[in-house]
Amino acid sequence: MIKEKRQILIFTLFALIVLLAPLFLKGSYFLNVLVFIGINTLLAVALNLLLGYAGQISLGHAAFFGLGAYVSGILTTRFPVDPWMALLAAALCAALLAFVIGFPILKLKGHYLAMATLGFGIIMYIFFNETVDLTGGPSGLSGIPNLRLGQLIFDNDRNNYYLVWVITLGVMLLSINLSQSRIGRALRAINDSEVAARVMGVNARILKVQIFTISAFVSAIAGSLYAHTMTFISPTSFGFNFSVELLTMIIIGGLGSMYGSFLGAAILTMLPEFLRVFRDFDIVIYGLMLILITMFMPKGLIGGLEALFKIVINKIKGGAQNVKR
Amino acid sequence: MDHPGQLVQYVLTGLSNGAIYALIGFGFAIIHNATGILNFAQGEFVMLGGMFTIFILSFLNLPLIPAIMLAIIFSTLVGILFERLAIRPLKNVKPLSLVIITIGASIFIRGAAMLIWGKDTHALPAFSGSNPLYVYGATIMPQHLWIFGITIMIIIANKLFFSYSILGKAMRACAYNAHAASLVGIDVKIMVLLSFMVSSAIGSMAGIIIAPLTMTSYDVGIMLGIKGFCAVIIGGMSSGLGTVLGGLLLGLLESLGAGYISASYKDAIAFIILLLILFIRPEGLFKQKATQRV
Repeated sequence: MIKEKRQILIFTLFALIVLLAPLFLKGSYFLNVLVFIGINTLLAVALNLLLGYAGQISLGHAAFFGLGAYVSGILTTRFPVDPWMALLAAALCAALLAFVIGFPILKLKGHYLAMATLGFGIIMYIFFNETVDLTGGPSGLSGIPNLRLGQLIFDNDRNNYYLVWVITLGVMLLSINLSQSRIGRALRAINDSEVAARVMGVNARILKVQIFTISAFVSAIAGSLYAHTMTFISPTSFGFNFSVELLTMIIIGGLGSMYGSFLGAAILTMLPEFLRVFRDFDIVIYGLMLILITMFMPKGLIGGLEALFKIVINKIKGGAQNVKR
Repeated sequence: MDHPGQLVQYVLTGLSNGAIYALIGFGFAIIHNATGILNFAQGEFVMLGGMFTIFILSFLNLPLIPAIMLAIIFSTLVGILFERLAIRPLKNVKPLSLVIITIGASIFIRGAAMLIWGKDTHALPAFSGSNPLYVYGATIMPQHLWIFGITIMIIIANKLFFSYSILGKAMRACAYNAHAASLVGIDVKIMVLLSFMVSSAIGSMAGIIIAPLTMTSYDVGIMLGIKGFCAVIIGGMSSGLGTVLGGLLLGLLESLGAGYISASYKDAIAFIILLLILFIRPEGLFKQKATQRV
């Protein structure tokens, strides 16, 4: 469990704000945007486990998101499968695929890993498009049923909000726990130096595959949630551009920080919603942000905020000391 | 298989595409060998070559050859800017940061191209008309001959440059050991810049000679880029014969696969080959190590 009191406090505060937010928000449009922020946060958290914790890049994570959405969508529209079972099947499917390709793909490092995951993502995208009998091809898959719990149907923005955010908060909590466990420390060791980690007795090969599998599992849950809340999916949501968007989210927010994932997801989801101009410029701006943040703010906005916070604290303390003198 | 002409046709198409992939692969290898960076923006220079030429032809009304030269100069300028603004300021960065920065540059260039030239697909006129020649029942466009001719010229020029010119030798010295190279008076920074220049120039040339056959638009860079990468991986990260063979092999497999298996999975074939090579033999098919091992 989380050991530091400060961590518990921050998470509780964050969870409270998230869960109480709908009470103060009028209008379903904003709630709808928040549902998407929730789904994107879940995806960013998943990618952050892999990239932020273990230092392994993936440029194909949209593929796991898409696989989750399609498995869920196909099972519930073409077969009489319960949406919850479909969600579970989708997550297991993605995890299995990640496990199988994980061994050869994670042997690669740096640039080569990036290229291989990019290739994997594009292969999956081609399959989403071309297996028309199964996925509906470019025109998409519609009529996906909503999730339900007894009488409660997740078909409006408020219900979807709670559905998505309860799961997202749960995954965030588990991820924060993970970072402070033995496995989290081993992953950080791999991130710093894989050779050193191996020398210290960390089984880097297995551990990298495990975190890759978990990351795919979570991404597929996000995909399934997306399919059941949107009720319509098409391949364009799961292409290379979205993989890059996910990468941009966690780079902006801050590698390795779960709140950073939220911040990045929130910014990248809201910008195109509220700034119309942004829609035409989006990939130019993503590109610029990737370059500038990596060059000048390698810890992302969360890292920047923390540094700012420390400066302010030091100023105040320094000021107090000066007065004493 | 309807008639033998079809096979010849697939082979020809495959070889000409393969030649392009090899040129793009050269660009990857030149930068990688000079800096250790895998430039994810490589494909964008291929796109820029074609788009700049079309833009110069239609807006400045220049004849084809000056337009092509100007397009290569413009693309090279973009390459210089990229190196100066995003690569040189970095010091002691992790490979991961470089991946992210070159990806950022890649989508930035692509986005800018989309804003400037729109999302339409453009065609560049063929260099010398489009009256097809017939060989064994297959149709060859004169443009195919241009592709083969120019590719062979670039391969030879590349070989001469790196083997015989002082500059080329200095670049190879940097690739071998940058620190040692700087000790004997080679300006490593200039060599890195030069590698970006050469590779963006070759990339844009590839984009220009393929544009009359396949059309071009702001987003062709990513696919071409990855296929070029695939060629250079098969060739073991060299800007030599291995990459040429790699490109031709990829082009052939892709074209035969599209012809006899399924056209809609054409791109998937290239990526599956890419993954297989990366998984099984990341050091390339033709590296000496491979023959020694047997």
